[in-house]
Amino acid sequence: MTDTVTPRLALRGITKRFPGCLANDAVDLTLLPGEIHALLGENGAGKSTLVKIIYGIQHADSGSMLWEGAPVSVADPAAARRLGIGMVFQHFSLFDTLTVAENIALGLDDAGPMKALEGRIRAVSERYGLALDPQRHVFDLSVGERQRVEIVRCLLQDPRLLIMDEPTSVLTPQEVGKLFETLRRLAAEGRTILYISHKLEEIRALCDGATVLRGGRVVAACDPRARTARELAEMMIGEELTAPERAPQVAGADGTALRLEVRHLSTTTDNPFATNLKDVSFAVRPGEILGIAGVAGNGQAELLASLSGELPAADQGAVLIDGRAVGHLGPRGRRDLGLAFVPEERLGRGAVPELSLSENALLSGYARERLVRRGLVHFGRARGFAERIIDLFDVVAHGHRAEARSLSGGNLQKFIIGREILQKPKLLVVGQPTWGVDAGAAAAIHQALIDLARGGTAVLVVSQDLDELFVLSDRIAVLFHGRLSESRPTHSTTVEEIGLLMGGLFGTATDEEER
Amino acid sequence: MTDLLILGPVIGSMIVAATPLLYAALGELVVEKSGVLNLGVEGLMLTGAVCGFAAGYSSGSLVVGVVGGALAGALLGALFGLLVLFLMTNQVATGLALTLFGVGLSALIGQGYVGIPMSKAGVIRIPVLSDLPILGPALFAHDALVYLGLLAVPAVAWFLYRTRAGLVLRAVGENHAAAHALGYKVLRIRFLAILFGGAMSGIAGAYLSLMYTPMWAENMTAGRGWIALALVVFATWRPGRVLVGAWLFGGVTIMQLHVQGLGFAVPSQLLSMLPYLATVVVLVAISRDVTRIRLNAPASLGKIFHPDA
Repeated sequence: MTDTVTPRLALRGITKRFPGCLANDAVDLTLLPGEIHALLGENGAGKSTLVKIIYGIQHADSGSMLWEGAPVSVADPAAARRLGIGMVFQHFSLFDTLTVAENIALGLDDAGPMKALEGRIRAVSERYGLALDPQRHVFDLSVGERQRVEIVRCLLQDPRLLIMDEPTSVLTPQEVGKLFETLRRLAAEGRTILYISHKLEEIRALCDGATVLRGGRVVAACDPRARTARELAEMMIGEELTAPERAPQVAGADGTALRLEVRHLSTTTDNPFATNLKDVSFAVRPGEILGIAGVAGNGQAELLASLSGELPAADQGAVLIDGRAVGHLGPRGRRDLGLAFVPEERLGRGAVPELSLSENALLSGYARERLVRRGLVHFGRARGFAERIIDLFDVVAHGHRAEARSLSGGNLQKFIIGREILQKPKLLVVGQPTWGVDAGAAAAIHQALIDLARGGTAVLVVSQDLDELFVLSDRIAVLFHGRLSESRPTHSTTVEEIGLLMGGLFGTATDEEER
Repeated sequence: MTDLLILGPVIGSMIVAATPLLYAALGELVVEKSGVLNLGVEGLMLTGAVCGFAAGYSSGSLVVGVVGGALAGALLGALFGLLVLFLMTNQVATGLALTLFGVGLSALIGQGYVGIPMSKAGVIRIPVLSDLPILGPALFAHDALVYLGLLAVPAVAWFLYRTRAGLVLRAVGENHAAAHALGYKVLRIRFLAILFGGAMSGIAGAYLSLMYTPMWAENMTAGRGWIALALVVFATWRPGRVLVGAWLFGGVTIMQLHVQGLGFAVPSQLLSMLPYLATVVVLVAISRDVTRIRLNAPASLGKIFHPDA
């Protein structure tokens, strides 16, 4: 780094303590004008706390902050915005029932009249290629469009530092490419971008500098382009990373027996926010992992609910388990036939946040693990089952009495997946297995799913994360607007091909048309 | 023709009966739009009624009375706000407690005022318009608070949907975590909304004790606070529909009197059930319309906000 340029932002010795943990421990960070700088780290490494301090949502216990050479203290987000700091949040801070323009007005301190603001929104979105209609309601927008709202909101304040918190986790590869173009254009104008992510290949492609956090401390500062993704990952987790091992598929996996078969499944709901499935057909054999890719909101929720039994099919022959029509059965009837299910939402659907781990273990395992006798709960067995999960799946928790919501995302996900796997299902359906989960836990979950399949279980994984699907799946199909593409063997397809299918280009991969 | 002419006073008394409901429901609408559920409207109204009466009686001025009622409502609202916002108590339980507290408090304050009559407020006849047949007595011969209540409807709608402060208030009620992340003072905004709601409920109560039946009697609100709460949901949180609902419910109240006067043998209890039955029917009807609920119901309603979580 050069000494002649005044850093846009310099943090010196930032320390922040929460009850029971040291979130930031004397963190130094230097960001130069025009630089795209990555902030890397596992969940809980202190990335979020650090950017919240920069943006004024939280306050450091000690340490100093220099903005363009001058010491500043950022009291609140409005003060940060006045300095020229903008932030795009990971979980979008948008208001569903308000319009795009209203949402943007809320993030501006000088919004002015609505009509004029709508004009400014159109101008900025054209300049940076971020198409947006100011008058639409946010609940109507795709995830990619929602992110554009956040970015446009930031750009309208003409920020000199733009903080992006995990911006690509919900985008298709093509949308990611577009976002990177926008970010590079912004950096070329002299703006600084602080890019938070744990997607290492993206960071290597995009960023000029990187700071790695682990346990609240800076463990490395490097040029990500000069490192391999593996090196970066090992800096992040502080130990060697073991990629999931793939044993060859068990013999007989390509036989004729189908564990799960879905025939011409269509759904009809009058919920205007749902995407109905249209004539979806596929099959999964024992020992095989089928991956279903697609951007959220293309029917994943409906597909998962149709398979779990929460949304019974109109035609009972539309879903078959081991050749038996189960379309009319509810979740319990299907579980009795050997189905296990891990939903997308960990808290509230996969687990009850306020209940302890042993009570959560009981909720799905009571029948197969015989945790209930004559209507009475056998707490000893439930505790034993929970402890077995905690032990075998390396769940970090304060014992089986810990409330589900007290666990980190990765640990709770390991617990939920462990709970289903230990029941030795014949068929496992999983939605977003590693959503918001750190790299170490994700690797463990991937290994567990592969091992389960190699033991003869049929596994169906619905995910937006293509890297994950390419690691796990034997075959991949894509869901778009409620329709499912033909599946392709993973070894004979590419991320680009699947990405085009995710944009809706079934069978016409040569067509360059964009949505 | 004479039969038709009677419609004028009937509609007029319906609008008068709707006025306390309108004030209380508009206040509660603003509170709920900010994400707070205040079930204490009945208690706030009673406190406003007795304090308004006391202030009006001792000063001899109706204006002082109404202002006194509003202040009393706002003060009790501030207590509610302190409990649910800053001490983070459960909103449902606190609201119910507030109603019970208001019943007792108003009875205590009102001990010395029971049975004292007061002179009724003067009617403001709008020139020319009040001489129209039917429409004149129906719409243009009322006391000042009726007109102010009618003006409050577009004023609240304008505030919520046209001003920046209203936008911020709706945002806080929709997603308080996001509003906080953007730097808005969630608790302060909610506290102000609760003060406004309290004052409006206080005015609604004072209207009863100073204008509608100018006297104080224990429990004189007779469940109107609950109807006001139902009205907000009935109106799917839209000010214009609150007005329609208030007229409808006011009409049912008036109908009780007229039906008895005309000698129909309908038990009055049945008629006083009607507003609630109507609410239940409407609730069932609107629950089927997911879009409308999603667009208008404040998503953070009744949820406790922890600033540091």
